[in-house]
Amino acid sequence: MENGAVYEGETETMHDLIILGAGPAGMTAGVYAARKQLDTLIITENIGGQTTWSSEVENYLGYTYITGPELVQKFEDHLRYFNLRIEYSKTTRLSKINGGFQVETEDLRTFDARTVIVATGKSPRMLNVPGEREFRGKGVTYCATCDAPIFAGMDVAVIGGGNSGVDSAIQLMKITPKVYLLEAGDRLKADEVLQEKVRKAHNVEVLLNTKPREVVGDVMVTGLNVENIETGDKRALKVRGLFVEIGLVPNTGFLGGLVRLNKYGEIPVNCATETGVVGLYAAGDVTDVPEKQIIIAAGDGAKAALGAYSYLVRLPSNGS
Amino acid sequence: MAEQNIIVYSTPTCPYCHQAKSYLSQKGVTFTDKDVAADLPAREEMVKKSGQLGVPVIDVNGQIIVGFNRPKLDELLQS
Repeated sequence: MENGAVYEGETETMHDLIILGAGPAGMTAGVYAARKQLDTLIITENIGGQTTWSSEVENYLGYTYITGPELVQKFEDHLRYFNLRIEYSKTTRLSKINGGFQVETEDLRTFDARTVIVATGKSPRMLNVPGEREFRGKGVTYCATCDAPIFAGMDVAVIGGGNSGVDSAIQLMKITPKVYLLEAGDRLKADEVLQEKVRKAHNVEVLLNTKPREVVGDVMVTGLNVENIETGDKRALKVRGLFVEIGLVPNTGFLGGLVRLNKYGEIPVNCATETGVVGLYAAGDVTDVPEKQIIIAAGDGAKAALGAYSYLVRLPSNGS
Repeated sequence: MAEQNIIVYSTPTCPYCHQAKSYLSQKGVTFTDKDVAADLPAREEMVKKSGQLGVPVIDVNGQIIVGFNRPKLDELLQS
């Protein structure tokens, strides 16, 4: 199992383990795999996953208070101590091959391993309306934390009346002349304290029962067409910024039919993080684990790596 | 290595901006940091260069990278 070990009948490109994703689950799995001296490769788009966006973390043991980005930095430093190879790319396909799995990435490379841990987490849910993709980064944004300050002085719309949507509206109402806050349901779902702040603001207009229909623009976003789904009334909002805050979806698109997902698109796992496909493990928010927490993702990442290790040592090619 | 002119357009709250800046610092690369939340001319400059309203944007000797894209950044730093 030492790095570079080649088993009979296999090519030297067959790794012991590929970890997809480098959030708390993927990074913890990496540390455990390194300590077991597995020949491990991490393939990820970014470091930190959703933890990167947490403004404050007060429930990861050892830190009474730490910001998400600081915790990610500590995780990354810890991971880097073990010198694991990291490839920065998006996984587009995971498939079963003889003796293991093959990962295909967006930049058209392939990587093979005997075992795989899927720890790809979740990404912002998209609106799926015309113009959204075209104007992504040109007024359409999924990260209010990052981009809100850039929209100072511009009229904007926030889609989503949950905590993150209303929180974004509160950030934006301090720096923009006008904020439209759209909610598809008949009331905001955010915590009452947050709702009160937007109700008191003179420049926030809450549009209930309202769905976005089309993002319009030239080079950049110039407006958003919306429809009241109760009355059928249509309105063209003149906005230059559009903040999409309608929740998260698991990053499982690359799995194809390899694993049967639950109704939320999550990967069902047992308490050992096994997926039902031999050699394939999953950990963190991409799974159906009941609670989505940093410490739970990290713990499941550890279980997945140890599970992969136990599986690898029992493989017949290992001579045991 | 030839002299590099690197500008990072960022906001104080954007985690990927922080990651990008600490990545450059770790590599010993010097860069100019422009806070587009406070500096409106810098914001216009960023939009003009990148066609984007989003951070981070990194300008490496006139070549523009949108987002913290490590492989692309490494590639441009080496050229």
